[in-house]
Amino acid sequence: MLIADAATDWSWNPVADLRQMWAFPFMVNAFRAGAIVAVLAGVIGWYMVLRRQSFAGHTLSTVAFPGAAGATLLGVGAVYGYFTFCVGAALVIAAIPRAGGHESGHGSGGGEEAAVTGTIQAFLLGAGFLFIALYQGFLGGVDALLFGSFLGITTTQVEVLAAVGAAVLLVLAVVGRPLLFASVDPAVAAARGVPVRLLSTVFLVVLGAATAATSQITGALLVFALLVMPAATAQNLTARPVLGIAASVGIALAVTWTSLTVAYYSPYPIGFWVTTFAFAAYAASWGVRLLRERRGRAPGRGAVAAAGTPAWTSGSLL
Amino acid sequence: MTVLASGWPGALGHPFFLHAALAGAAIAAASGMVGYFLVLRAQVFTGDALSHMAFTGSLAALAAGVDLRLGLYAATIAVAVLLGTLSRSGRADDVAIGSVFAWITGLGAFFLTLYTTSGGADNAGAGVRVLFGSIFGLSAGQAGTAAAVAAGVCAVVLAVFRLLLFASVDEAVAAARGVPVRLLGFGFLALVGVTAAEASQAVGSLLLLGLLAAPAGTAQRLTDNPARAFALSTVLAVAEMWGGLTISYAVPKMPPSFAIVAVAAAVYAAAFAVGARRRNPGPRLARA
Repeated sequence: MLIADAATDWSWNPVADLRQMWAFPFMVNAFRAGAIVAVLAGVIGWYMVLRRQSFAGHTLSTVAFPGAAGATLLGVGAVYGYFTFCVGAALVIAAIPRAGGHESGHGSGGGEEAAVTGTIQAFLLGAGFLFIALYQGFLGGVDALLFGSFLGITTTQVEVLAAVGAAVLLVLAVVGRPLLFASVDPAVAAARGVPVRLLSTVFLVVLGAATAATSQITGALLVFALLVMPAATAQNLTARPVLGIAASVGIALAVTWTSLTVAYYSPYPIGFWVTTFAFAAYAASWGVRLLRERRGRAPGRGAVAAAGTPAWTSGSLL
Repeated sequence: MTVLASGWPGALGHPFFLHAALAGAAIAAASGMVGYFLVLRAQVFTGDALSHMAFTGSLAALAAGVDLRLGLYAATIAVAVLLGTLSRSGRADDVAIGSVFAWITGLGAFFLTLYTTSGGADNAGAGVRVLFGSIFGLSAGQAGTAAAVAAGVCAVVLAVFRLLLFASVDEAVAAARGVPVRLLGFGFLALVGVTAAEASQAVGSLLLLGLLAAPAGTAQRLTDNPARAFALSTVLAVAEMWGGLTISYAVPKMPPSFAIVAVAAAVYAAAFAVGARRRNPGPRLARA
């Protein structure tokens, strides 16, 4: 908004435009942070979509909002709030549903688990609203917290982000293979001695950390877009894990950087552009998939997939 | 209503509180009933998606300069039907839902910017109002409309209760017996859309999920009998609504939407403590 007023218009000379945009340190930081966030979201999101935990992911991402609002109320850095709330909520979601004793194969499929998750989400969002109500005069910042802002990302923030990102990716590198196994077939994995429950908790905590990091850029309500859409796009294009994760990261990166550039030259918030570009990619991937299915695949399978079954349930994954 | 209120003692003596209590009760009853089926059918995520639609619909209507409720209802019902179409047999797939509503939320951010930058200071709080509701701001007319629509939702749910229960618990058998499962699925999603639009007027689009999921989850935790759980969910929702309104009246600093959701969450947590007792898999778990 402010920046768009100050900046010159897009001149259709990419080199000059980029140089002009990167003359601002905050824009360079935004691109760095965006790259870290995209890699994180791309990898974690791929597992999230595979595990059908979109709902948990969405809840963890909205929880970033009360985290930031609470931190502001207490007068500490928003980063602490983001991480405390996101990781805390991850632990709660991981702990509560199984207390009922019904193990559901799908993360968001069980009615009760979803009810708990939904209640946690609504309660924490409400708590965020309470914090804002208690902290007078904070109202202007609410939209930025919810819908993201690429302004004012400091070098320190980028460093924190990089550290978190490295830690998350390290954890995923360690548990990646068993997690894949446990996600695809929890029953067989458990029978083979894979600690399915522990992996599930670890995954939720890692997801929480990643959403906490990401929501600083895209805002609490739109983190989810970056988590789910590149991954869903990638899984539409390929069912192979390594290729899929790479595609997911690539798409997330392209979407984030394009959005940053467009948001810089337009008055609309970054969150809008991120979701729009990601959704365009997702829609295109459906087109590709349907085309592929029309050509050369067995008609029976094509019909099943067209009816809405995700790629990885109808094809072989490994 | 306003005249009637003047003679009443305490909180009910204020018209704004009376409006909120009346509209809130109707909205809560509808949410409790629809929420029961939402949890039973494992479609809470759909409700979540619709809550975001409610946000974007409202702001699109505001940006276009028409009545907020027009956008609210149009968006939630249209998207509910769209989600039904996207999926097999009226149960939407969660990755498709997630992708669609993430984009719609982004659109909401777009409309918010459009609206707040076009209208100056008056419009600045619009986003917060839509997201977190303002039940104490309901006029007599708005409260009456909200109550009437909510009553209509309740009537429809009660009318199809048996069929919908059958179709939700065992879809295959219900279909074999000639129950129009697909039609019921669509109809139910549309009903959820209407309820979401209703509830977002009370607690805001971000918090309506609490009103849909918490009473229903609590009820299903406490009893396995469908009819009893359904009734309990409805009663709990209304009681939680009134409890929240009362607390918010007593503690003015506390926004009503937070108080309502907090009471609902507290009751749910209490149900977990109580319900840690026997948990035999009832009919609803058999299908999973």
